[in-house]
Amino acid sequence: MIKWWKILSVILILYTLVWGMLGSVPHLDILNETIRNVYYHVPIWFAMLFQMGYSVVYAIKHLSKDDFNSDIVSEQAAQTGLFFAIPGLLTGCMWAKFTWGTWWTFEDPKLNGVAIAVLIYLAYFILRSSIEDEQKRARIAAVYNIFAFVMMFVFIMILPRLTDSLHPGNGGNPAFGKYDLDLNMRIVFYPAVIGWILFSLWILDVKKRVALINHKRNEQ
Amino acid sequence: MNNKIVIFLASFLLPLIGKAQDATSPQMADTFRSEGKIYVVIAVLAIVFLCIVAYLIYIDIKVKKLENKN
Repeated sequence: MIKWWKILSVILILYTLVWGMLGSVPHLDILNETIRNVYYHVPIWFAMLFQMGYSVVYAIKHLSKDDFNSDIVSEQAAQTGLFFAIPGLLTGCMWAKFTWGTWWTFEDPKLNGVAIAVLIYLAYFILRSSIEDEQKRARIAAVYNIFAFVMMFVFIMILPRLTDSLHPGNGGNPAFGKYDLDLNMRIVFYPAVIGWILFSLWILDVKKRVALINHKRNEQ
Repeated sequence: MNNKIVIFLASFLLPLIGKAQDATSPQMADTFRSEGKIYVVIAVLAIVFLCIVAYLIYIDIKVKKLENKN
């Protein structure tokens, strides 16, 4: 049987696909209809952040309980999170091209931060694959995971807020301030965030179970 | 309990209450939605997403079978 929260994720995303296109949005210059990207681009990044958070929680769990399954969950969550960074980056480039006029700009600290965060997590997987001993790998990876999560948080959530950024909510730009009050957008945006987080959890669930089966096989 | 669910689902219909628009507002695709066959695009989006979901369900069930075998 498919679990209820998996079905809920599909219903929520399907609803945001339909109402995201049909619902009314604020009429803003430059953004025009692309403001609807808020329903699709932003929740994907939220799912990525959620997966990285999930990963670090299980890394800490592994360190405190020495439970090997936690290490598997931690690795799979980091992989899922990194996967969500790909559509996040691509949709961001697309949106930037048609509103800021460029695919990528190094003047925006959020873009730089995301690029660095992705590299930090790529290093996590390289680190994992370079250690043969399972126990050692799990422990070192867990410690690095905590470091990676903190760095990602600083680069994506804190630094862009301190300097100038093109992203709303950073560097003195109003966050969703302008349209946060818009009920029409909120009732699509929030379900989209919940829907994509649940959907990412579904992908993680499948990946985790495959990894556990693989681990069991290798032990035999 | 049932009332809560009904209210929750009904809240999704709120965007139907559209806002009046100024003649001088930024250019938006306001008539596009009624005339430009946008419903076809939404249907395509929904089909693409549902196909991905169907594939995920298929993989999920396959993993379940493997789990039961072990």
